[in-house]
Amino acid sequence: MKENKKRYWKGLEQLANDPEFIKKNQNEFADYLPINSNKGNGGEGGPNRRDFLKMMGFGLAAASLAACEAPVKYAIPYLNKPIDVDPSLVNYYASTYAMEGGFCSIVVRNREGRPIKIEGNNFSNITRGGTSAQVEASVLDLYDNSRFRGPLISGEPAEWPEVDKGVMAGLERARNVKVVSNTVYSPSTKAAIEEFASRYNAEHIMYDAHSSYALIKAHEDTFSVPAIPSYDFTKADVIVSFGADFLGTWISPVEFNKQYAKTRKLGPEKRVMSRHYQFESVLTITGANADYRTPIRPSQEAEAVAALYKMIVQRDAGTAAAEFKYLEKAAKDLLKNRGRGLVVSSSNHIVVQRLVNAINVALDNYGRGKAVDITRPAFYRQGNDRQMTQFVAQAVAGEVDAVVFMDCNPVYDFAGGEALGEALRAGKIKTSVSTAMKMDETAALCTYIAPQHYYLEAWNDYEPRKNNFYVAQPTIRPLFLTRQVQESLLLWAGLPTVNYYDFMRARWKEAFFPLQTEIADFDLFWDAVLYTGVFIPGVPLDLDPKADLRYETAATVEDETGALTPIFSADTDADLAAVPRAVNVAPGQHELVIYEKVGIGTGRHAGNPWLQELPDPISRVTWDNYLTIPMALAKELGLEMEYNETKKVKLTVGDQTVVLPAVIQPGQAVGTVGIAMGYGRSNVGVVADKIGINAYPFIRIEEGVLKYFVPEGVKIEATDEHYALAQTQTHDTYMGRATVIQEATLQEYQQDPKAGRFEPMIATSEGPIAPDKLSLWDGHLYPNHHWAMVIDLNSCTGCNACVISCQTENNIPVVGRQEVLNRREMHWIRIDRYYSAKTEAEMNEMELNMLEDKQLELASANPDVVFQPMLCQHCNNAPCETVCPVAATTHSSEGLNMMTYNRCVGTRYCANNCPYKVRRFNWFKYHDNAEFADVNPAMNYDLGKMVLNPDVTVRARGVMEKCTFCVQRIQEGKLEAKRENRRPKDGEIITACAKACPADAIVFGDINNPDSQIVRLLKAEEQGRAYNVLTEIGTRPNIFYLTKIRNVDLDLEGEEVVTA
Amino acid sequence: MHVTAPVREPLVTNGKTIKDVTQDISRHVEAKPNPLWMFAMAVSLALLTVGTYAIYRTVWDGIGMWGLNKTVGWAWDITNFVWWVGIGHAGTLISAVLLLFRQKWRTSINRAAEAMTIFAVICALIFPLLHTGRPWLSLYWLFPLPNTWGSLWVNFNSPLLWDVFAVSTYFTVSLVFWYIGLIPDFATIRNRATGKIPKAVYGALSLGWTGGAKAWQRYESVSLILAGLATPLVLSVHTIVSMDFATSVIPGWHTTIFPPYFVAGAIFSGFAMVLTLMIITRKVYKLEDYITITHIELMNIIIMVTGSIVGIAYITELFVAWYSGVEYEQYAFLNRATGPYWWAYATMMTCNVISPQLFWFKKIRTSIVATFILSIIVNIGMWFERFVIIVTSLHRDYVPSSWVMFSPTIYDVGVYIFTFGLFFTLFFLFAKFFPVINMAEVKSVLKSSSATEQQNH
Repeated sequence: MKENKKRYWKGLEQLANDPEFIKKNQNEFADYLPINSNKGNGGEGGPNRRDFLKMMGFGLAAASLAACEAPVKYAIPYLNKPIDVDPSLVNYYASTYAMEGGFCSIVVRNREGRPIKIEGNNFSNITRGGTSAQVEASVLDLYDNSRFRGPLISGEPAEWPEVDKGVMAGLERARNVKVVSNTVYSPSTKAAIEEFASRYNAEHIMYDAHSSYALIKAHEDTFSVPAIPSYDFTKADVIVSFGADFLGTWISPVEFNKQYAKTRKLGPEKRVMSRHYQFESVLTITGANADYRTPIRPSQEAEAVAALYKMIVQRDAGTAAAEFKYLEKAAKDLLKNRGRGLVVSSSNHIVVQRLVNAINVALDNYGRGKAVDITRPAFYRQGNDRQMTQFVAQAVAGEVDAVVFMDCNPVYDFAGGEALGEALRAGKIKTSVSTAMKMDETAALCTYIAPQHYYLEAWNDYEPRKNNFYVAQPTIRPLFLTRQVQESLLLWAGLPTVNYYDFMRARWKEAFFPLQTEIADFDLFWDAVLYTGVFIPGVPLDLDPKADLRYETAATVEDETGALTPIFSADTDADLAAVPRAVNVAPGQHELVIYEKVGIGTGRHAGNPWLQELPDPISRVTWDNYLTIPMALAKELGLEMEYNETKKVKLTVGDQTVVLPAVIQPGQAVGTVGIAMGYGRSNVGVVADKIGINAYPFIRIEEGVLKYFVPEGVKIEATDEHYALAQTQTHDTYMGRATVIQEATLQEYQQDPKAGRFEPMIATSEGPIAPDKLSLWDGHLYPNHHWAMVIDLNSCTGCNACVISCQTENNIPVVGRQEVLNRREMHWIRIDRYYSAKTEAEMNEMELNMLEDKQLELASANPDVVFQPMLCQHCNNAPCETVCPVAATTHSSEGLNMMTYNRCVGTRYCANNCPYKVRRFNWFKYHDNAEFADVNPAMNYDLGKMVLNPDVTVRARGVMEKCTFCVQRIQEGKLEAKRENRRPKDGEIITACAKACPADAIVFGDINNPDSQIVRLLKAEEQGRAYNVLTEIGTRPNIFYLTKIRNVDLDLEGEEVVTA
Repeated sequence: MHVTAPVREPLVTNGKTIKDVTQDISRHVEAKPNPLWMFAMAVSLALLTVGTYAIYRTVWDGIGMWGLNKTVGWAWDITNFVWWVGIGHAGTLISAVLLLFRQKWRTSINRAAEAMTIFAVICALIFPLLHTGRPWLSLYWLFPLPNTWGSLWVNFNSPLLWDVFAVSTYFTVSLVFWYIGLIPDFATIRNRATGKIPKAVYGALSLGWTGGAKAWQRYESVSLILAGLATPLVLSVHTIVSMDFATSVIPGWHTTIFPPYFVAGAIFSGFAMVLTLMIITRKVYKLEDYITITHIELMNIIIMVTGSIVGIAYITELFVAWYSGVEYEQYAFLNRATGPYWWAYATMMTCNVISPQLFWFKKIRTSIVATFILSIIVNIGMWFERFVIIVTSLHRDYVPSSWVMFSPTIYDVGVYIFTFGLFFTLFFLFAKFFPVINMAEVKSVLKSSSATEQQNH
């Protein structure tokens, strides 16, 4: 083969092939072009163009990444995980709420070590799983920003040893030492106080802001038992109450609600209910629930009670009987139901209470298994007005050297508080100690502040009723440098090494442990007690809450061990003679009543924004107190309320004058005006300061006993000062809309379970048809669960516990007075309150000539009242779902009407189209917003935020929200069941509102589960009382209401039947 | 070509020639802005500034700045929206429907009316966006856009979504229609322009219009097609807006009469607004020969007719409320007339039902002053109509516990002012830089200028 000699070259360089070319040619790729000739040639060091691009690219990417980066929040895992704290899992701790004489056995719901919700304890034989608004709201006070971070001396932060040294030195020097507190019914606390008292020869004085002293004293006088009796409303077929707001504020409302509701339940098996007469001045929720309500002036109460006594014992009351409408009828009913009745009075007049006792004795209402039982006295009210008055007198006289105010605030909430405050200010008490956990009027004047733990941080035990023991256990480590108050007392008593927990356990081991034989080991016994929170000697320490069964056992066991029935002895004739006469109210004269509100109570909770924003169940006013005036007086003063616009009036009581807004209150007795206590606080932090008027100075002290009304010297003058009240409801009547409220009398109901039902029909070509049977939609399929709710209007007492329970559970923001004025409160559940409209007899000429629809807007002067809890109805044909343009509100396969907050753009079309008006819009950003920080601390401060439920989103601005049927609880329950490989059990999944309800008016459940309570209830009531609100618009709600039944004797025309 | 009977009154008076038309209309575009215009523009911009602050606060702090509440979820926002959309009806009606019906008198007013339509719809569109709680999301979540969330779509059941489509379609078609009509006139101005910038700008705007026969033929066809497209839209937009209410369950909203009633009301208010603006424009620009008393009278007749339709609708509503036997419906209407907002209802009735009846009198309907006053009264009445429908229905519906009152805040007013500022700013810019009368079409209806044409028939 011929060799090819031809050579091809690329260029002359290659042809020449000089060494430099060969060297360069070894690099396949050309050198980078040097970008910066100053820094040598491209090969090494120095940036070049590519580096520049790289750097720029990186820089851009890094800068944009940095801009995108969310703030880093470190989640630190537990190094050593506490045994029972699992992230996202709930722990429950049984405990006890006992404040200002209130009592509620509770279960504290803890998440990641934080108490976030209070629920009722089903193991309790007293409150039986119910709660109240105050109890529910108390969890927020734990995270109150205004709490003391540690002890103080003269207002300056101090160390505990300094405080102890100072206090003990003061106590050593003192001759006359007092311990002042509200009612203490904790045996161990009493023992601790005893230790302290014996060391310093101190006297323990108990008082209650809303005192029941006369009740206690009357029982001491008549039964030699200085205590209030146990009441059992379940045993009362006829209830007659003189001013006692036992469903709202009187003594133990949670307990009484539970009992009362039982007597108001109706169904196919029970077609009878209790009859309730109420004689009162201010319209309370108890009066609102009464079948017969007679407005009386407070000064008439004694005469009314005396008249009732005469009618019952002497069968004749003369002219007095006619003076009080329905009193004679009440007497007849009581006599007819001898031994099955109950008369109660909230009067703080001893003679009146003795007469009430005499009536109950005469009617055979006292005794085991009856409505009043003095053999099992209740201890939750022990305040002694006389001792307290005496103490104040001594303090004013400078005779008291040292006082420990044990978690009480007498300067504010005792009638003689001002004098006491002056004494403190003047330094007449050399050593003054307050154990308040946050600043109050008394603590502000004390030298030493030794703050105690909040009850959720502390150990304690309670004996609310004789031989019923309850424990309270800490649910969180103390947040601040506070100290268990009993420990402080023991320490000051010279027992420095005693820890209250050990002290208490030792006492239990010694005193209570031997009362049972079931568990031999004390530690096991103690664990069992802590588990249920309850110990009743003789009742098995069963860990399964088979509630009622246990209580029956409890009753029988106690019967066996019960003491002999005390003997009643009273000089009733003398009492009758001593009955204070009613004051004749001349025109222009008024009697002032100082009453307690359901939410704020005596004022201890005034700093709790949830309670401040809780509308008063009757007046629907938030964030204020005011003067309730009867319609007649309003007319006299020329005062008209247009919506929430009112005027202020000048109230003069003796030489005290205040100017406050007036509320025209239907049901208010003519000749009376009312003012709520608990407002007008000072020094208590941003929430409550300067809200309302302090009513305590109006409380009179007569013979050392507090009198909650002023019969004479009350003057009211109109002013021109306009004032808007933050009301959540301004329209009082339900306009005769039978589809909203359906009610009947008991007689009608007995004849026809469907009495009062409104059943509209729609005319079709196939004849009339029920509106919910007619639909454009195909309906939804609910293959698995179908959640629904039944609300019994007859049981609901309007106590508002559900509202706060819902607020806590669902992180509902507080919006403040101004936003409530703008009608933007956020509550997902509300309790609508409707008054009956004026009857023709009540109308004046002008009103008679009005259109009927206009007449229906006028509330009656003494109206029938109905409460209706209103929340998202979870319609099966939901009007809100079809109109949302972005499908943010949709229907679940379990019948829930759901909100997807993320998706919501906030057109508010759904809210407009909701016939029930239950949707709530986030008009502003309520969290992390300085504008709302004062009123909504739970979403604005790190401390407050600890109360938030981590299972529920805090909603953003511009988003719609509403009741979810506590979908997080449903999910939790389903997951729990799934983990255990079973179906959820009925009653296991329950919404916050249903759980809280002390009247068991709300039943929640799965209507796909044939064994559920709700299915049984609906089956029973389908052809009875169950109805849907606004059924004719075809929304097919998943919430059913049961008609309201009033136990009144009315004929067909609605006229009162007078039975001879 | 246009044919006019010799017995007909000329639509353009005073013997204007084609050259006069070009001169009269282009003059304002070419001249320096006069002091009156400067003043009016300054006022508009001031309103716009004030309104911008209200919008800033609304967006920054939340809808809570307005007077809305838990029961009344819409008030001024949607009232204003419907009001502006209603006003936006006249333009397209005039240009499209009257074009189809060969009503030649429309040529003098259709340009300004269409401009007004577009600006009114822009003002209207502010509200659906701004009234949402999270406008930054509603900007795109209200459209059926593909997304990364899986099969997440808008809710096609919602009338609010239909609204989005209806109004945006209407806006688009109106804008195109208006622009197409402007092209020959832009070309005229381009041809007359002396400055470099006007030449370039109007050159660009006229899209290379040559004025050739082919171009004119296409122009006519496109106009006709767009008119055909726009005509149903005139009816559909307000029909769908009315469905926001009609498909709901709220007494006072849930009414089948709403679609025709709303459309009539929209035309009513739209014509009134056109009159308000035209009376000013013809005065300021001395266009009395183009926009004649005949125009005004014809429009007044339309106002009278639509006003009467609206009046019948009001009375029908009352009748149906009574006849239906539905107590909520009955109460809703009773409450409108005698409840706390009776004054709004009375205003609505007076302005919308009684005042247009004055146009039965020829003296009144040919009086410039009376027409001007009444045109404003009609729009006040129509604003109150929407307020009455929205607020008085909502504030007392089914459950009396939630009954409330609504009162606006300064921010409600401020946002409304913003739209006025925006509307007039846009309108004055239009009046200065665009030919306010369609020169090309007006030339076609001149009587005296085209003797040969008239001889043709």
